[in-house]
Amino acid sequence: MKKKVLTVDDSRTIRNMLLVTLNNAGFDTVQAEDGVEGLEVLEESNPDVIVTDINMPRLDGFGFIEGVRQNERFRAIPILVLTTESDAEKKNRAREAGATGWIVKPFDPSKLIAAIERVTA
Amino acid sequence: MDMNEIKEIFFQECEEQLAELESGLLRLNDGDTDPETVNAVFRAVHSIKGGAGAFGLDDLVSFAHVFETTLDCVRSNKLEASPDLLKVMLRSADVLSDLTAASRDGGTVEASRTSGLVAELEAYAKGQPLPGAAAPAAPAAPAPQSEAPESPVEEAPAPTDDSGFQPVPFSFDGIDDDDELAIGGGASVFTVRFKPRSDLYAKGNEAVLILRELSKVGELQVRCETDDLPSLDLLDPEGAYFSWLIRVETESDEEAIRQVFEFVEWDSAVEITAGADEEAFTAPDAMGEDQPMAAVPFDLSLLEDAPVVAAEAAAPESVPATQEPAQLAPANMPRAAKAIAAEAEKKEAAVPAVPAAPQTIRVDLDRVDRLINLVGELVINQAMLAQSVVENESGGSSAVNLGLEELQQLTREIQDSVMAIRAQPVKPVFQRMGRIVREIADMTGKSVKLVTEGENTEVDKTVIDKIAEPLTHMIRNAVDHGLEGPEKRTELGKNPEGVLKLSAKHRSGRIVIEIADDGAGINRERVKAKAIENGLITPEANLSDEDIDNLIFHPGFSTADKISDISGRGVGMDVVKRSIQALGGRISITSKPGKGSVFTMSLPLTLAVLDGMVVTVAEQTLVVPLTAIVETLQPEKSDIHSFGPSQRLIAIRDTFCPLVDVGNILNFRADLANPVDGVALLVESEGGGQRALMVDAIQGQRQVVIKSLEANYTNVPGIAAATILGDGRVALILDVDAVVTASRGQPLSPDMMLAATG
Amino acid sequence: MRTSGTGMLELMAFSLGDQEFCIEVVSVREIRSWTPATVLPHSPDHVCGVINLRGAVLPVMDLARRLGLAAAEPSQESVIIVTHIGNQIVGLLVDSVSGIFTVSTDDIHAAPDVSKTMNKHEIRGMIPRDELMVCFLQIEALFGTIESEAA
Repeated sequence: MKKKVLTVDDSRTIRNMLLVTLNNAGFDTVQAEDGVEGLEVLEESNPDVIVTDINMPRLDGFGFIEGVRQNERFRAIPILVLTTESDAEKKNRAREAGATGWIVKPFDPSKLIAAIERVTA
Repeated sequence: MDMNEIKEIFFQECEEQLAELESGLLRLNDGDTDPETVNAVFRAVHSIKGGAGAFGLDDLVSFAHVFETTLDCVRSNKLEASPDLLKVMLRSADVLSDLTAASRDGGTVEASRTSGLVAELEAYAKGQPLPGAAAPAAPAAPAPQSEAPESPVEEAPAPTDDSGFQPVPFSFDGIDDDDELAIGGGASVFTVRFKPRSDLYAKGNEAVLILRELSKVGELQVRCETDDLPSLDLLDPEGAYFSWLIRVETESDEEAIRQVFEFVEWDSAVEITAGADEEAFTAPDAMGEDQPMAAVPFDLSLLEDAPVVAAEAAAPESVPATQEPAQLAPANMPRAAKAIAAEAEKKEAAVPAVPAAPQTIRVDLDRVDRLINLVGELVINQAMLAQSVVENESGGSSAVNLGLEELQQLTREIQDSVMAIRAQPVKPVFQRMGRIVREIADMTGKSVKLVTEGENTEVDKTVIDKIAEPLTHMIRNAVDHGLEGPEKRTELGKNPEGVLKLSAKHRSGRIVIEIADDGAGINRERVKAKAIENGLITPEANLSDEDIDNLIFHPGFSTADKISDISGRGVGMDVVKRSIQALGGRISITSKPGKGSVFTMSLPLTLAVLDGMVVTVAEQTLVVPLTAIVETLQPEKSDIHSFGPSQRLIAIRDTFCPLVDVGNILNFRADLANPVDGVALLVESEGGGQRALMVDAIQGQRQVVIKSLEANYTNVPGIAAATILGDGRVALILDVDAVVTASRGQPLSPDMMLAATG
Repeated sequence: MRTSGTGMLELMAFSLGDQEFCIEVVSVREIRSWTPATVLPHSPDHVCGVINLRGAVLPVMDLARRLGLAAAEPSQESVIIVTHIGNQIVGLLVDSVSGIFTVSTDDIHAAPDVSKTMNKHEIRGMIPRDELMVCFLQIEALFGTIESEAA
């Protein structure tokens, strides 16, 4: 069975790149534009793993991750943070919010796929 | 979708982000202190950087990075968004926009422009703004170097910096590549002790997946230690009770092993030692007294079919390799875990409520246009149908009439809805003007504040696309000619900073855009002198102030004694007027000496339909735009007064208004119609004066679909456009202003029409 | 424009009064019967006006008048040849369409320099056909620059 990835990113460019990369790698992909939509799509789509951006309008990545972790169905789902922020402070905040791991943008496809493989069974 | 398409999307997105960036900065400039504004500005630059990095657009990345760093300081309140800083940032936004355009269209941006701003931005980020750096002339000056010796200013910094941000050109080719680790020299052995804490599972990590990852580094011998596992009644289903002792035989180094634990190093104890703890793996009894722990090979193949929900039961389920946990009846565990978890869940706070944004979709403009055309045809067909029913009135079945009425109502609603799809706020155009103002202010050494109002006023996209150019000329003109320089203003007791106000609003079915400056106003003496000199008026001409002001719209008229570099460029206000007229619009000016001028343009909300009065003139059917008509009158013989050789006036209440015979002016008939036999339409012309247009009869009011005459023919003097009426015939839409102008004694000929002054 | 060299041209012949004319078939979009046109103010004599061509506004030209012949009084039999001229669509009012024929470019004779009203560049040549001389018109030259002509 194909694994389903939920990507949450406010940039259309990045969303499209994720879509192409993940589809090429054989994943099902569902997408959301920000944290709020991410939480909505999460409920409907039941993904296996989440890839999320940090800087987003309405609800940022930190808030989104906290939201996911508070959801009984999804609190153990792997969440990868996709962000250009690689400094320790942001990583820490993401971790504290409940991120499983991170991918530093700009990502290359193999790095992205490897990170997803790494956190999913 | 391929990379080129994504790149296309990226540049589209850049446009949006740049607009967002500029409007955010302008709001900050106006004293907006909402943290979300700063966030939005930051996100815009951040997003551009992110996408640019993916495409390896290094120039864009490095500039965006510096910009972003400074914005981050503002965002985290380390740096105050002072007016000077905002000036630098606005200029940076302009450069970012140019860099984006250069990346897209393959141009370059002068290195001095970026380097100067980079130096200023970096200095701000370091808390040491360059003195005087915000002055308009500074960016290209090399001077700042000496004042901030610690910041390299010659060039934008290389994309590598302390944040570790490195653009990696994105390519899909790499997807299939295995991320094989470099093979070092000979194999070496490491012993890893790995003890997860419960946090590790709470964050969606899985000890067993870590082990799988580790198995990619080298040969593993794994041993699970279950000493800490409590009895079932004490067991926290979310707890972490196991630890692992792992022997790794690998050709990689310790760093490669550490990498595996990158995501979990805070949530577990990881100890990596070189060499083997042979004892642990060879002496089964060493690990516990009653649990003979043989080094059970950890069967990673189990993972292949492991369901993702494995995480639900956290640690206990992930230990299929040990004997003791097997007795815990793993099948029951998830249920127990769920029950307890459900209990805990009830106490947990709900997801924060955030207002939902309206949902939008992107639609190709062509599709909307096709729809609009089709609806236009529908409107015509509906009108034709209605007309033929009227013509074949055989008892006029009330069911048919009722149906027709409903059809008409529906058609109208469909049309309004379709037009609404294409309606857009003027905001993007207004935002572009901000940049124009900054550029001209810099060029002229004037200090200008642009204030915008009514940015969300909506108008049809076709109109939006066409107002940018005339607006740009008018803004240039206002800054260049309208506003005085700072010294002069100070002398006059004005604020050295001039104010330019750009506003939009809806008024009686049109959009009215005003450009008001608080400058010197029109110098009427000079305008008049110039007009006389150019032979536009005679020295004896007795012109009202308004007439003089409107002379500036005359072709070839320029008051600037020397052609200015900015608003000169061979483009005068006559061109502006003409392009606005071509849109069915009007423009006028009011000016107060010493106080400033206001340019007002009024445009139709759409170029697709208009509400018109259908009239008959010399057996021809014409449509007069309803917006032009003030009232309709039935002239009495006693109201009509002859004036001069051919002029006639009509008395309306206590004023006399010139009568204009439309049929005669349009050359439909040579003689003048008898006003008493017709109807007079009182119209307001652009200059403000009223005229009574004589037509033979009024047929009714109707919304008509505007059809261009220029598409297959050319423009016709006195005629704004054409439409198709219910009988399927083409009717012409009257250009009221042109007709009024012609009635002032300038015959309607193509040449003169262009020369018409308001 | 294929005005020289050998090749075959497909032409549409039509009559104006007692004379035969033709234009290239490739520039003909359709033929429709005459409907009264809406008069355009201040337009040249040869502009009949505009008609509704399925939602588009189509200018109709009185070709006879344009060529300096007696103006054709439009009747039920009159025909409008809808042609492409540049990017525009223009209707030509003619008395009747005679048919379509193919001619070799070699059979096109240069126009004699006799007419006062017709300019030489408006005529691509003369084609003898069934005892008649068919005048091959250069419609782009006749109406190609509507705008400059009207302005």
